[in-house]
Amino acid sequence: MESFKTVKSIITPLDEVNVDTDQIVPKQFLKLVQKSGFGKFLFFNWRFDEKENPKSDFVLNDSKYDGSNILVTGDNFGCGSSREHAVWALQDYGFAVIIAPSFADIFFSNCFKNGILPISLDQKIVENLQQTTDAIEVNLETQTIKTSSDEIHFEIDSHMKKILLEGLDDISQTLQFEDKITDFEKRSKIPSVL
Amino acid sequence: MGKTLFEKLWASHIVVEKQDAPSLIYVDRHLVHEVTSPQAFDGLRINNRKVRRPDLTIATMDHNVPTNDRSLPILDQTSAIQIQTLEKNCKDFGIKLFDINSPNQGIVHVIGPQLGITLPGSTIVCGDSHTSTHGAFGALAFGIGTSDVEHVLASQTLWLEKPKSFEIRVEGKRKNPHAVTAKDIVLSIIKNIGTGGGTGTVIEYCGEGITDLSMEQRMTICNMSIEAGARAGLVAPDEKTFDYLRGREYTPKNYESLVDSWRDELKTDGDAKFEKQFILHIDDIVPQVSWGTNPGMTCDVTELVPSPDEFSKGDLNQKKGAQKALDYMDLKPGTPIVDIQIDRVFIGSCTNARLEDLIEASKVIRGQKVSSTVKAMVVPGSQMVKKQAEDIGLDKIFIDANFEWREAGCSMCLGMNPDILSPGERCASTSNRNFEGRQGTGGRTHLVSPVMAAAAAIKGHFVDVREWDLN
Repeated sequence: MESFKTVKSIITPLDEVNVDTDQIVPKQFLKLVQKSGFGKFLFFNWRFDEKENPKSDFVLNDSKYDGSNILVTGDNFGCGSSREHAVWALQDYGFAVIIAPSFADIFFSNCFKNGILPISLDQKIVENLQQTTDAIEVNLETQTIKTSSDEIHFEIDSHMKKILLEGLDDISQTLQFEDKITDFEKRSKIPSVL
Repeated sequence: MGKTLFEKLWASHIVVEKQDAPSLIYVDRHLVHEVTSPQAFDGLRINNRKVRRPDLTIATMDHNVPTNDRSLPILDQTSAIQIQTLEKNCKDFGIKLFDINSPNQGIVHVIGPQLGITLPGSTIVCGDSHTSTHGAFGALAFGIGTSDVEHVLASQTLWLEKPKSFEIRVEGKRKNPHAVTAKDIVLSIIKNIGTGGGTGTVIEYCGEGITDLSMEQRMTICNMSIEAGARAGLVAPDEKTFDYLRGREYTPKNYESLVDSWRDELKTDGDAKFEKQFILHIDDIVPQVSWGTNPGMTCDVTELVPSPDEFSKGDLNQKKGAQKALDYMDLKPGTPIVDIQIDRVFIGSCTNARLEDLIEASKVIRGQKVSSTVKAMVVPGSQMVKKQAEDIGLDKIFIDANFEWREAGCSMCLGMNPDILSPGERCASTSNRNFEGRQGTGGRTHLVSPVMAAAAAIKGHFVDVREWDLN
């Protein structure tokens, strides 16, 4: 995984609550067996009509948000299915930061595995950010968001911060604890399936 | 101070614990299916890693399998490739697979308990959010993404932040337990606490309203924990739990000695404290029907479709969401739920496609016919459920009523296989999610119990199934 760099970009406001992962990537695109190329399916049913023409009233089809790397959205973002395809699509489309009042647990965890920074902020602050038209700067090192008029601090678990900043491979980190895993297995009471 | 059941399960699975950081948690059972695993196996190959414990890993194909004649080839090439990929991955990495022709094939959350793979006191993960189902057995069971699937395959562990513990106490007794079901209890809970009400928590369901339930009904409740945003749902195991798992194909040989230890250990201590609590009284609850596009948008069958103002109680974001949902669902506030006409009925999914669900639904339709305006189908949760149902003649009852009787799979719950709604079609569904387009682009889903779905199939619109004789 690549290490997380400071992101400076305009924001894309998605003013919706309870956005579920079925909306982020509809099921018809879950049959692919690779991780790449999901950006074109992002919010597919909201972005395109039955003839696959862009819907003019959907925010991602508004050219003023082209090139934006920061999505600012509503409560409980990413609820529903555990599909990591949702994160792959957001990332492939170009989003590196997602800001919302709250996130669903599995989605939140999936973000860190793919180098996306999810930031939870108070509802009021999120609503203000959605109105921002100038570029904002998200600095993970200092845990700050700089807008043209303000500097906002955000919280993040120190372990997750390290994973993003260093672009750590989770599994190779874990395998350093192989002795402990083996010890655990020796004392575990739950038998194998077969 | 005492510990909750969740805290005990957590403590007994810690491999590495660090200050102010996630813990490394051991996984006792890893269930794998075709949709969320191919990229994980690819990751293992790229890094030249093997599966650490193939003997704790079980695979099946459920999400995209066709539910019509299994002797026919799979016409959808991308589905066929995904299924072949799972076959190859299981072969290459030495994982036991219940393939499309196995008598044990079925929805992963139906077959786990049925085969005795799900065990109390264990940790269970799967790349599927409805893994919470297995919590009905007193297991800590939750859904994970594909990166974590790869992590578990490689290490049999996961880094996890400890969730908070949330007690949901279900008090009282249902007056008509055939008509007011476990599905109605869990929809009532979600309606009350909201789709984010359980975020960051593991729910323990307790109280008389839960202990009264059968194992299959408890699975329905735990299954939908994720629809309240919870990581997992749990029910403390009791004799019903132990009886259910006794003598199944993969039940461990030393099962009775395990049961002896579980009986003492797997319960919340009397002086334990939960970090959150909610109490639901079920004496007077009635059948539930969802009207919107998330499971929290649910009301009593006796009610009218709410207006955005009534639903949102002053929250502007919720109000906007409700208006959008009503537009999508093509419903007007003030419409009686029982006046909503339906086009399709789906009895299936990991929520409500077990034998008891099919038995209860069959009581509603026995000797009746599906309305001429409705197309209805039953998709048993597993091939074993299908066979058990056929052994007691349920298939005949459904087929005589003009239901389609299908092979096992996830089917129209998420419409990854050919079983989908057409744009604008309205479905009474026993599944778990009524998200936009979930059952087919433009399709409209109303979540209900199996008996409510069956009654709607007969009448062509929702009805209060309490008015029917179901004994």
